[in-house]
Amino acid sequence: MSELAISVRHIGKRFDSIVAVDDVSFEVRRGATAALLGGNGAGKTTTIAMLLGLLLPTQGAIEIFGIDMIRHRYRVLPRINFSSPYVDLPRRLTVAENLRVYGLLYGVRNVSARLRELAVALDIGSLLTRSYGYLSSGQKTRVTLAKALLNEPELLLLDEPTASLDPDTADWVRGYLQQYAAASGATILLASHNMTEVERMCQHVLMLRAGRLVDQGTPQELLARYGRHNMEEVFIDIARERHTAHEKRTAK
Amino acid sequence: MASNVRMPVVSSSLRRIGALVLRHLYLLRGSWPRVFELMYWPTVQMILWGFITAFLVDRSSWLAQASGVLISAVLLWDVLFRGQLGVSIVFLEEMWSRNLGQLFVSPLRPLELVAALLTMSLIRTVIGVGGAALIAIPLFHFSVFDFGFALIAFFINLIVMGWAIGLIMSGIVMRHGLGAESIAWGAIFIVQPITGVYYPIEILPVWLQHVAFFLPSSHVFAGMRAALFDHVFRVDLLLTAAALNVVFISTAILIFLAYYRVARIRGQLLQVGE
Repeated sequence: MSELAISVRHIGKRFDSIVAVDDVSFEVRRGATAALLGGNGAGKTTTIAMLLGLLLPTQGAIEIFGIDMIRHRYRVLPRINFSSPYVDLPRRLTVAENLRVYGLLYGVRNVSARLRELAVALDIGSLLTRSYGYLSSGQKTRVTLAKALLNEPELLLLDEPTASLDPDTADWVRGYLQQYAAASGATILLASHNMTEVERMCQHVLMLRAGRLVDQGTPQELLARYGRHNMEEVFIDIARERHTAHEKRTAK
Repeated sequence: MASNVRMPVVSSSLRRIGALVLRHLYLLRGSWPRVFELMYWPTVQMILWGFITAFLVDRSSWLAQASGVLISAVLLWDVLFRGQLGVSIVFLEEMWSRNLGQLFVSPLRPLELVAALLTMSLIRTVIGVGGAALIAIPLFHFSVFDFGFALIAFFINLIVMGWAIGLIMSGIVMRHGLGAESIAWGAIFIVQPITGVYYPIEILPVWLQHVAFFLPSSHVFAGMRAALFDHVFRVDLLLTAAALNVVFISTAILIFLAYYRVARIRGQLLQVGE
């Protein structure tokens, strides 16, 4: 069994003359929570879409659990799940109907029992009979999270999981994801703009700028490398192409 | 982990198709305007052509020979039209609800999506056209069910052709976004004047008759008139339609899968707007 949940080698994505992702390679070990960071247009969503097989890379190879994702994605898809503000669930269906449909799509054996478990765990019991379209942002996030956890995924890909949430709900979501990862041993890869989230949840950080992977490491390694006190400052340094502390010392 | 998820291959495929059908049945169950819309236009069209028939039957010797020809024509046309629309609308529902990205990262395969679209189209067409056909019995004393076995053959051929056009339209919308939605609504009407719904294709210009020959529906409508006027079941016409339909539906599935691949290359499964 591969020790790696994700192995990406030299992937690139070009849309006509625009290079969205350029020769990116990285690995994420099983059980780790990793972050894909970068400014707007850095290539985070494009990278996640390629990992999911929604988007075909122009070049490179992607393996998930050691399986070639480009050629054999249907062997992998039942074992992973995904949540993003860029996709939605049918608004006119109730929460229970939506979750039942996705439970069947993912081949969950006892959908009703799994629904009850998730309703308790994510505190969505009172929402089950309500139409998804009439929920608040925070409620929708909990429901899409329930959808993402229906098949007890071994790998969870999350695109901005706490975007547009109030601090209380965002904190609750982070806590739940940490709890899930610890209990299940699942791997999480999340794209985020929230540096507090990254410091709290992630053991590994991948920094993208203009489609290229420009740095990576643990949050502590990156803080030391850039001589900063928090990840927000590191993020700004990288986004503005400032040098690392080591490079600054060498330059002096 | 993931202990909940392990299914035999065939049953899991059927289960995924069933899941997507269930999603659209939930939608119909929760929205009476959608169910009403299914029956509204076929019924209105049937009533309109029923009254036209009532007006013309004493004034036209052609119509007097088979007074049900116009009602039969409009009901069978609606099988083709609703078959196409059933596929396109169900696909568009996924785009309108921004659900396509979720579906394509689930284990649902493109051919399973196609199977679910066709199943839903069948259900929608049976509800819509079946309802109108039943209303025609007391209203105009005409039953399209009197065609017997021929009706099944007509129905299958017309709905399969509708599916083929619907799949191509869905592929175009997947590739070009919701800006191409109007094509999905109107494309089928280019077929109507040349496929001999209300008149034999022999009245068309010769070159257009050649075009009409390659449409499965032309043979179905010719078969319908043969059944009504000559009281014969033209197996040759139905077999020609079926052979053409094999080509139509195979080509349409290949085109849909090709558009799906292009959409994956161009990143259009996440960005499903205009």
